[in-house]
Amino acid sequence: MSHDPVERLVKMANQIGAFFGPQKTGAAAGMADHLSKFWDPHMRASIIEHVQHGGAGLDPICIEAIKLLESQMKGAA
Amino acid sequence: MTLIRETDFGTPESKSGNMVTLTIDGKSVTVPEGTSIMRAAMEAGTEIPKLCATDSIQAFGSCRLCVIEVEGRNGTPASCTTPVAPGIAVKTQTPRLAAIRRGVMELYISDHPLDCLTCAANGDCELQDMAGAVGLRDVRYGYDGANHVFARNAGEANFDWKPKDESNPYFTYDPSKCIVCNRCVRACEEVQGTFALTISGRGFESRVSAGMDEAFMESECVSCGACVQACPTATLTEKSVIEIGQPEHSEITTCAYCGVGCTFKAEMRGEEVVRMAPWKDGKANHGHSCIKGRFAYGYALHGDRILNPMIRETITEPWREVSWDEAISFAADRLAATQEKYGKNSVGVITSSRCTNEESYLVQKLARQGFRNNNTDTCARVCHSPTGYGLAQAFGTSAGTQDFDSVDDSDVILVIGANPTDAHPVFGSRMKKRLREGARLIVIDPRRIDLVRSPHIEADYHLPLKPGTNVAIVTAIAHVIVTEGLANLDFVKARCDWDEYQDWAAFVSQPQYSPEALEATLGVPAADLRGAARLYATGGNAAIYYGLGVTEHSQGSTTVMGIANLAMATGNLGRPGVGVNPLRGQNNVQGSCDMGSFPHELPGYRHISNEEARKAFEADWGVELDPEPGLRIPNMFDAAIEGRFKGLYVQGEDILQSDPDTRHVSAALANMDIVIVQDLFLVETANYAHVFLPGATFLEKDGTFTNAERRVQRVTKVMTPKNGYADWEVTQLLANKMGLGWNYAHASEIMDEIARLTPSFAGVSFDRLAEMGSVQWPCNEESPEGMPIMHIDGFARGKGKFVITEYVPTDEKVGPRFPLLLTTGRILSQYNVGAQTRRTENSRWHEEDVLEIHPHDAQDRGVRDGDWVRVQSRAGETSLRAVVTDRVAPGVVYTTFHHPMTQANVVTTDNSDWATNCPEYKVTAVQISPSNGPTEWQEQYRELSEQARRIATAIDAAE
Repeated sequence: MSHDPVERLVKMANQIGAFFGPQKTGAAAGMADHLSKFWDPHMRASIIEHVQHGGAGLDPICIEAIKLLESQMKGAA
Repeated sequence: MTLIRETDFGTPESKSGNMVTLTIDGKSVTVPEGTSIMRAAMEAGTEIPKLCATDSIQAFGSCRLCVIEVEGRNGTPASCTTPVAPGIAVKTQTPRLAAIRRGVMELYISDHPLDCLTCAANGDCELQDMAGAVGLRDVRYGYDGANHVFARNAGEANFDWKPKDESNPYFTYDPSKCIVCNRCVRACEEVQGTFALTISGRGFESRVSAGMDEAFMESECVSCGACVQACPTATLTEKSVIEIGQPEHSEITTCAYCGVGCTFKAEMRGEEVVRMAPWKDGKANHGHSCIKGRFAYGYALHGDRILNPMIRETITEPWREVSWDEAISFAADRLAATQEKYGKNSVGVITSSRCTNEESYLVQKLARQGFRNNNTDTCARVCHSPTGYGLAQAFGTSAGTQDFDSVDDSDVILVIGANPTDAHPVFGSRMKKRLREGARLIVIDPRRIDLVRSPHIEADYHLPLKPGTNVAIVTAIAHVIVTEGLANLDFVKARCDWDEYQDWAAFVSQPQYSPEALEATLGVPAADLRGAARLYATGGNAAIYYGLGVTEHSQGSTTVMGIANLAMATGNLGRPGVGVNPLRGQNNVQGSCDMGSFPHELPGYRHISNEEARKAFEADWGVELDPEPGLRIPNMFDAAIEGRFKGLYVQGEDILQSDPDTRHVSAALANMDIVIVQDLFLVETANYAHVFLPGATFLEKDGTFTNAERRVQRVTKVMTPKNGYADWEVTQLLANKMGLGWNYAHASEIMDEIARLTPSFAGVSFDRLAEMGSVQWPCNEESPEGMPIMHIDGFARGKGKFVITEYVPTDEKVGPRFPLLLTTGRILSQYNVGAQTRRTENSRWHEEDVLEIHPHDAQDRGVRDGDWVRVQSRAGETSLRAVVTDRVAPGVVYTTFHHPMTQANVVTTDNSDWATNCPEYKVTAVQISPSNGPTEWQEQYRELSEQARRIATAIDAAE
């Protein structure tokens, strides 16, 4: 029952990663797309910042996807 | 306005395609083969007298009033049981027939009271009508002798007479008026499928009997009203009719309870509801109803309703009643101040699945156009959001694939995580009817729901899986289908992405997904699972019906996609009798989702980042829209606790009672500067509100609801809103105070705007609905009359998508401290958080929430039936009474969440679906121990609620 905002985001991200990870194609891209479609900008910024600080607690697929998300957002900006 | 009178054709419609022509009274008539002569005559406009026949049930042929003559045939056959034949000539009125009918009526009336003037059915009595129709002028037998009419005969007690049974709060049974036509008994069997009624005795002793000569309330009767509807006399009569009298006008409207969306005739006397009678032409219910829709509308007049707006500076103060203008100004000013201080994204809205489409549309519009953010969400978040996500991924639309009528063509019905006889009773009865006709049944549910075994129905397979293992069981079923070569590869090749199918087939074929390997995880014998999978794949038209037992899990969306995989792999899509059918919880869950209530999409399921869609709304609304998704309900709570989210407008949704982890929700609400609650009653959420805006019931407003089969139906105002405004008008007042300049004079104008901006609703208008009764979206140029069955020639997204569904066990695991799994559900007589049904006589069926526990688990803990027990989880604890039953498996306990003091959501956790954050209500690890009564938290909460509900000054609000 953590009320720490980043911990909650990490848990949610790992759950999403657990779905996209096993997909045969485009796992990281699928997860990045999911985050950009369903997470509000503040949540996305928080998780990107967390990855910039090492991404403690995140599964590898999530780190890959969040880095991809970051580069996509920079590309779009 | 007049009273709508439906035509009773006497016997059910024949579905034959072969037409037969005959002559009735010299007129040529052509009808489908198998039609009764009675029905053929009625279709030609000739009403043959009848008493025991009505078109909701099969012909019975007992009253002998409907006799006819057929040229060249002997005798006088009953027209209800005699089918039409080519070329026959029928006479419906001859001297011989008239004499027979008069004789029959004379016998009926000789044992029937003659108190017509003071009888509740006066003006609505078929016996009275038939006496008139056959020209009965005399009863030669008199009224002396054996009878069922008088309590005493010549001073002696009459043992054939029985007193009225008034035990049911909604209707009475008066045996003295019964003509033993069997219509009630047959309706209970054929329409409702409960088999609670029978005829006891023989010959003159024959009487209608509930159960074994019990009072109705003590019998198995579920109070659906089918018997009352079928009764041709005053024997079974609504108490409201006895009290008020016969209605003088009626309006067609849609029930505001579950997602079945039954349509009713609201039968009125002035602005007083005399009764709600199910509408025969309603395409969702076909004239049937349940205890909620038929009888439980009394909450509309309940004294607890708040009728005046109220405000307060802080939530510790008592409420202050104010004018509408003051309340709306207070709300608008605080919202503006909050946005000024904490930023544009610091406020949001929650739309309601109980309100109309038009109302949900306006509330999300208020957020997007007024707040200029996308912080809008709906209570569908906590029930069917995984359906929206999962089906959109698989098929391309967020909706069920069939209409309810489709079940008539099903050969195999698979019910997973749904309890239709309790939560969707009218559709449950439809399903049971099909099962009695021979369809096979598979039930996947941790609990032995009624459908598993009830009169004349037995599931071929009940797979009592452990809560939280849905993905594993769906994948194991897929394993059997693929590895045993049962997949419909022709369908898959033609309709789905072949590469994705092959990846998926390889995935599910792995040995760890075999039923044998998963036996211990699921708690389901492998042989049963294999049998069920084979039946689903090879039993003919197979349909899957699912509910919140699928969605409300950490892998809810994955299970929805897994279900879609099963339907695609077996080719069970795109025709009647098959499909993927989500049973929606509340009346307008489908509609609130359709109307753009979710933070990431505009009305019609178009993502907010879709520039073309956004431009259309921007042009219409005259503002620039934020292209980024907003906060979902759980994200709003998290943001509130962080101090980033400070204002909320909630319409018709009690988030504090219905959302999980109550302490988290209350902490979030307590952290806000402005909470506006619009509702009928001071609901639990209102304890944390600063503004209370009184809401209107479905009887007091116009609009539309969209049911689980995508059917858009009218809601009709039959009385002036007691609070002064329909809910959409209240939202408009707030919007205009914020300077948005809305100008809707009627709900239909809101629908016109929805149709203008939403491609799948392009053809919907109030006029179209009045003309067609209802329409299933998409309704546009391509399908102007709507679409009962979707994906007939191809999926909305093009090729169907197979998704890999890896099973990830939930974090909510049992262990030494919390060794049992709690799962939650509903009961027939109550609805959702119970705010409405608890304020009706329905509470007599379910006065409190109880905990079901298996005898083994109960014995281990020293718990006896009826004891108070404490339920503890990682999140919190509550207490309630235990019911010891083997309906639940060992290791599983079950409760409902209809009563606020139970506080079942104090124990549920903040785990949620990975894709949608839909909470995991269905799995909580708990410990059960004996207790002495309510917990400290419950006591504190009771005190807090009383404090928070204080209203200052002398008031008449509660009147």
